[in-house]
Amino acid sequence: MALDKPYKDVPGTTIFDSKMARKGYHLNQFCMSLMNAENRARFKDDERAYLSEWPMNEEQRQAVLDRDYNAMLALGGNIYFLAKIFSSDGKSFQYAAALMTGMSEEEYKAMMVSGGRSPDGNRYIGENK
Amino acid sequence: MARITAGIGASHVPLIGRAVDTGDTQSDYWKPLFDGFDFTKKWIAEEQPDVIFLVYNDHATAFSLDMVPTFAIGCAEEFAPADEGFGPRPVPMVEGAPDLAWHVAQSVIQQDFDLTIVNKMDVDHGLTVPLSLMYGQPKKWPVKVIPFAVNVVVYPTPSGRRCYNLGKAIRNAVKSFDEDLNVQIWGTGGMSHQLQGPRAGLINQEWDKRFLDRLADKPEELADIAHIEYIRETGSEGIEMVMWLVMRGALSDKVTELHRHYHVPASNTAVGHIVLENQS
Repeated sequence: MALDKPYKDVPGTTIFDSKMARKGYHLNQFCMSLMNAENRARFKDDERAYLSEWPMNEEQRQAVLDRDYNAMLALGGNIYFLAKIFSSDGKSFQYAAALMTGMSEEEYKAMMVSGGRSPDGNRYIGENK
Repeated sequence: MARITAGIGASHVPLIGRAVDTGDTQSDYWKPLFDGFDFTKKWIAEEQPDVIFLVYNDHATAFSLDMVPTFAIGCAEEFAPADEGFGPRPVPMVEGAPDLAWHVAQSVIQQDFDLTIVNKMDVDHGLTVPLSLMYGQPKKWPVKVIPFAVNVVVYPTPSGRRCYNLGKAIRNAVKSFDEDLNVQIWGTGGMSHQLQGPRAGLINQEWDKRFLDRLADKPEELADIAHIEYIRETGSEGIEMVMWLVMRGALSDKVTELHRHYHVPASNTAVGHIVLENQS
C-alpha cells in the first residue's frame, strides 16, 4: 500500500521523507564530511576529485559543482546537510535561500524585512496568485 | 521532590547566536528582537531554576544520516558546543544533570515512549541559542541542562499529539524524582519559516499568533494540528513547533502566561517567545 504523502501539492517545497533520504544518502554524508577542516581543504583543493570518492551519481556531483541547491534538493539533499557546502564557501543561509528562490540577495533580504513571503497564493501548486 | 515550575518557548535561529557572539545585539536590525527577551532575563535571574529540560532539534550536527533518533535524551555529565562549520560558538560548556536525566529516561520509557539514550553528544545552535537569549554571555551557564533532541529533519517527524503526550510523561517523570529541584522546560525552534526551495522565506504571522494565543489555554487544539498544516501554512521548517508542544504537555493543565514576544524576521525566520508559569 502506498504511503500517505499529502505534501506533494505544496509548491516550491521538497519534503525530506524516506524516499528522498534514501536517494540522497551519499550526497548528504558527503556534506557531513565537510564539518572537518581537513576535508574542507581537500574539497576546496580539487572538488571533482573529492566528490569522486563518494558513491554519488554524476548528476549529484554536477549539482554540487554547480552549487545548484534546487537540483541538490531534488536529488535527495537536505537543506541542513547542504548547509555544510555553502558554509564551506563562507556563505550564509540567507544567501542560499535567495539563490533557491531566484531572487538577488538584496531583494530577498528586503522581502524578509518587510514580513517575508506571504502564504497567500503559495499553499497549493497551481493555485491562483 | 523535583517540580516543573515554568515553561519557555523560543526560536533558535543560528544568526541570533552570531549576533550575541559578535556583540551586535543593539543594532537596528537586532535590537527589537533582543528587547523582547529583557523581561525573561530578569525573571529567570530571580527564578534561578536548577535544571532546564531543553527540547530542541539537532541540525545535522551530532546526528548525520548514520543514526536518526526520533527522541533522544542527553544523559552525559557535559556537552560541548558543536563546530557547525565555522568553529564552535564561544559559549561555555553545557553541564548536564545525569541523575535526573537517567531517571526521566527510565520513567518515560516505562510510560511507552521509547527514548534513545545519548551519553556522548555535541550540542548545536538549537540548544545554545536559547541559552544565550535567556542568560546572555556568562562565563559559566548558571544552570544544568538536559538536552532533549527531537527529530524534525527527516520526515516524518513525531506528530504534535505525540509530542504533547510525551510532555505529560516527562511531567510525571520529573515529579517522581526524589530531590528538591526547580526544573523548567523549554520548547525551542519555529515559528514559521522555510529555508529551502523556491518557496523559501515563507512567513505566516497570523498563523503564528493564533498558535501563541492558544498555547496557554487551548493546547488540545494545537496538539491536533497535522504535519501538513505546519508545512502548508508555516513553511517546511515551521514543523519545529511540535517541540513547543512537548513543553506545553509537561506543564500543568492550568498555566499563566507571563510574557510574550513576536518578531519578524531573524534572517529567514519568524521569532516567537512565550513564558508560561504553572499555577500551583
